[in-house]
Amino acid sequence: MTLEVTSVRVAFGDRVVLDDVSLRVASGEVVAVLGPSGSGKSTLLRVVAGLATPSNGRVSFDGRDLTSLPTHRRRVGLVFQDEQLFPHLDVAANIGFGLRMARRPRAEIASRVADLLDVVGLAGFGSRATASLSGGEAKRVALARSLAPRPAVLLLDEPLTGLDPELHDRLAADVGRILRATGTTAVLVTHDRAEATAIADRLVDLRDLSGTDRSR
Amino acid sequence: MDRHRPALSLPRPVRVGGALLAAGFLGLFFAWPVATILSRGLRLDAVRDAIENPGIRSVAWFTLWQAAASTVLTLAAGLPVAFVLSQFTFRGRRLATAVVTVPFVLPTVVVGTAFLAVLPRSWQQTIGAILAAHVFFNIAVAVRTVGGFWGRLDRGLDDAARTLGASPWQALRHVTLPLLRPALVAAGTIVFLFTFTSYGVVTVLGGPRHPTLEVELYRRAVLLGDLPVAAALALLQLVAVGALLVWWARLQAGGALALRTRPAARPPRSRRERIVVVSVLGVAAAAIGAPLVALVVRSMRSRTGWTTAAWRTIGPDGWGALATSLRFAVAAAIVATVVGTAAAFAIAGGGRIGTALDSGLMLPLGTSAVTLGFGLLITFDEPPLDLRSSVVIIPLAHALVGVPFVVRSVVPALRAIDSRLGEAAATLGAGPWRRFRWVEASLARRPILAGAGFCFAVSLGEFGATSFLTRRGNTTLPIEIARAVGRPGDLALARAAALSTVLLAITAVVVVAVDRLQPEERSW
Repeated sequence: MTLEVTSVRVAFGDRVVLDDVSLRVASGEVVAVLGPSGSGKSTLLRVVAGLATPSNGRVSFDGRDLTSLPTHRRRVGLVFQDEQLFPHLDVAANIGFGLRMARRPRAEIASRVADLLDVVGLAGFGSRATASLSGGEAKRVALARSLAPRPAVLLLDEPLTGLDPELHDRLAADVGRILRATGTTAVLVTHDRAEATAIADRLVDLRDLSGTDRSR
Repeated sequence: MDRHRPALSLPRPVRVGGALLAAGFLGLFFAWPVATILSRGLRLDAVRDAIENPGIRSVAWFTLWQAAASTVLTLAAGLPVAFVLSQFTFRGRRLATAVVTVPFVLPTVVVGTAFLAVLPRSWQQTIGAILAAHVFFNIAVAVRTVGGFWGRLDRGLDDAARTLGASPWQALRHVTLPLLRPALVAAGTIVFLFTFTSYGVVTVLGGPRHPTLEVELYRRAVLLGDLPVAAALALLQLVAVGALLVWWARLQAGGALALRTRPAARPPRSRRERIVVVSVLGVAAAAIGAPLVALVVRSMRSRTGWTTAAWRTIGPDGWGALATSLRFAVAAAIVATVVGTAAAFAIAGGGRIGTALDSGLMLPLGTSAVTLGFGLLITFDEPPLDLRSSVVIIPLAHALVGVPFVVRSVVPALRAIDSRLGEAAATLGAGPWRRFRWVEASLARRPILAGAGFCFAVSLGEFGATSFLTRRGNTTLPIEIARAVGRPGDLALARAAALSTVLLAITAVVVVAVDRLQPEERSW
C-alpha cells in the first residue's frame, strides 16, 4: 500500500501548523519523520488518520483519494504517544477491539489476539487490566492493538518517548523487527534521531517536506 | 477532598456546641418523627393490610415504573445536552449551562402548573404529562452529573477507537458510554430517587387518577384519616429509599477505573459539529422555555383574548398566602442557617462526631418530604409538644429540608481554608477566639449567606411536607396554587398560573442572587 500526502495545509485559527507538506511512502516502507516538538509532526499523522481535516491538499492510498473519508473507513492504525488503552477493557479486549468493530467471528478474534500477544512478547497477558501494565508493556499492547485489524498504514506518534534508556533501545529494535515481519507500511514521527534510525528504513526531516522550502 | 490536610483547629466550644445543637435539632425533628412512623407502621396487621390491598399494590407498581421510565427518559434527553456542553466551547456556554439548571430549582407546583399550561387539554391527567414534567424537572441532574464527567474524559480514547475502525456510534457505544457508566449510574440513582418520591408534580398533573405512593399516603392520612395504613406506606417508602441508597453506596465503594483525565472541550470545527451544537441547544432551550412562557401567557389569557382577570382574582387569599410564604421562608432560613452552620463547623472540625453528623444530616435529604411532613404531623400531636396548630411547625419542617443545603455550602468552604492562615493569625498574637472570629468565621460568611438564600428559595417552594401541616390561616403560596389547580374552570387555572408566575419570579431572583455569591467557575 503506497501512501501519498500531497500539499497538505493545516491551520488552527491563525496558527499555521502544516504548510504545503508532501510525503510519499512506498508499500512496506517504514519512514521516520523527524522534527522538534511542536513542529506539527503529530498533526501530520492526524491528517493521515482523518482525525484532523486539512484546509488544502490531499491524502491518498494507492492513488485513491481518502481526504474526505471518515477515520474508521481508512484502515489506518495509530499508536498514540500516550497509548490511549481503553481502561474499561482488559489487554485481550483492547487488542481485539478493532476486530470486534469489524464484527469478526469470536474465534478468529481470539486466535489473532493470541498471535499478536506472542509477536509483542506478552503471551499470557490477555486477562490483565491495563492499569496493571508497566510503561513498556503498555506500549507493546498499544502496538499490538493497532496491528490487529491489519491496517493498510500504521502511524506511530513518538511511540517510545518516556521509557528508560535500556528499555527504549530494546523496544526500538523490537518495533522495527515487528514492522518488517508483518510487512507493514508505516510512518513514525519522533524527535529522537537514534530511535528513528533503529526503527525506520528512511529518515526525513519535516522541514524538508514543505513545498515552500523545496522551491527555495 | 484532601485528606492529608489537618482538620481545622476550631475552639472546642465551637465544635462541641455546634455538634450538640445540630444533633439535638436532628434528633427532635427528624429521628423522633421517623421513629414514630416506625412504631406505628411496624404493626403486622397494618403492613399486611397495606401489602394485600390491591389498590395500594397497583399504586406501588405505578410509582415504581413511572420512576424507572422517567429516569430512562431523563438520561436519554440529558445525554445530547451533556455532550454539547461538555465537549465544545462556544460563546454563551456558561449561560446555556445555567439555563439547563433553571428547572431544577423551580418549585414542584410551579412546574406542574406550567405543564398544565403548555400541554394540550387531552394530555391533562395523563401519564405522559407526568413523565414529561419529570424529564423537564430533572434534566439538570443528568446534564450536570454526566457532563461534568464527560468534560474530563480524554478525547484520545475516542480517537483511538476511530482509528481501530469504530464508527462514531460504535465509539460511543463501546468506549464512551462504558466510561461514563459511573456518572450515568449516579445521575440515574438521583433522578430515580426524586421521581420515586415525586409528589407536587404528580398531585398537580396526575390528579386522583394517577396517584403515586406519596399521593396515596396523603390521601390515607389527611383525607381518610387512616393513620395505620399511612404509616405502613411511609415505612414502605423509607425502606425503598434506604435500599436504594445502600445499593448506591455499595456500588460507589466498588472502586473506580483509573482514568486519565484531560479537559476535552474545544470549539466546534466542522459544519456538522456546528449544526449539532446549535440544534441540540435550540431544542433544549425551546423545551425548557416553552412551559415557562406558556405559564406566564396562560395567566394573562382567556378564551376571548388578553386579560388581567386572573391577576385581579388573586385577592386577599392569594396575596395573604404570599405573605405567609415569605414569613415562613425567612424563619426557616434563619433556623436552617443557625443549625446548618453549627453543624458545618462541627463537621469541618473533624473527629468522630463530625463524621457521624456529616452523614446523619444528609438523611433528611434522602427522605421524602411527604414522609417528613407525615412524621411531624403524627409526632407533635399531643402535649407537651402539640405543635399541630402552631405556626412554628411549617418553618421547622422547611428548615429540616434546608439544613443539608447550608451544610453542603459551608463545609467545603471551611475545608478549603488553609490551616496556615489560622497559624499566621496566631503568630500575630490572635488567641483562639479572635482567630476564629477573624479567620474562619469571616471566610465562611459568603457560603453561609448562599446557603441561607437557598433555604429561603427551598422554603418558598416547599409543598410536600407543608401539605400535611397546613391549617386554615397559614396557607402558603404553593398550597394556594395546588388548590387553585384543583378547582374547575379556566379562570381557576389562570389564577394558578398567575400565582405560579409570582412564585417563579421570586424564586428566580433569589437563585440568581445566590449564584452571585458562589465562587466563579464552579460549574465545570
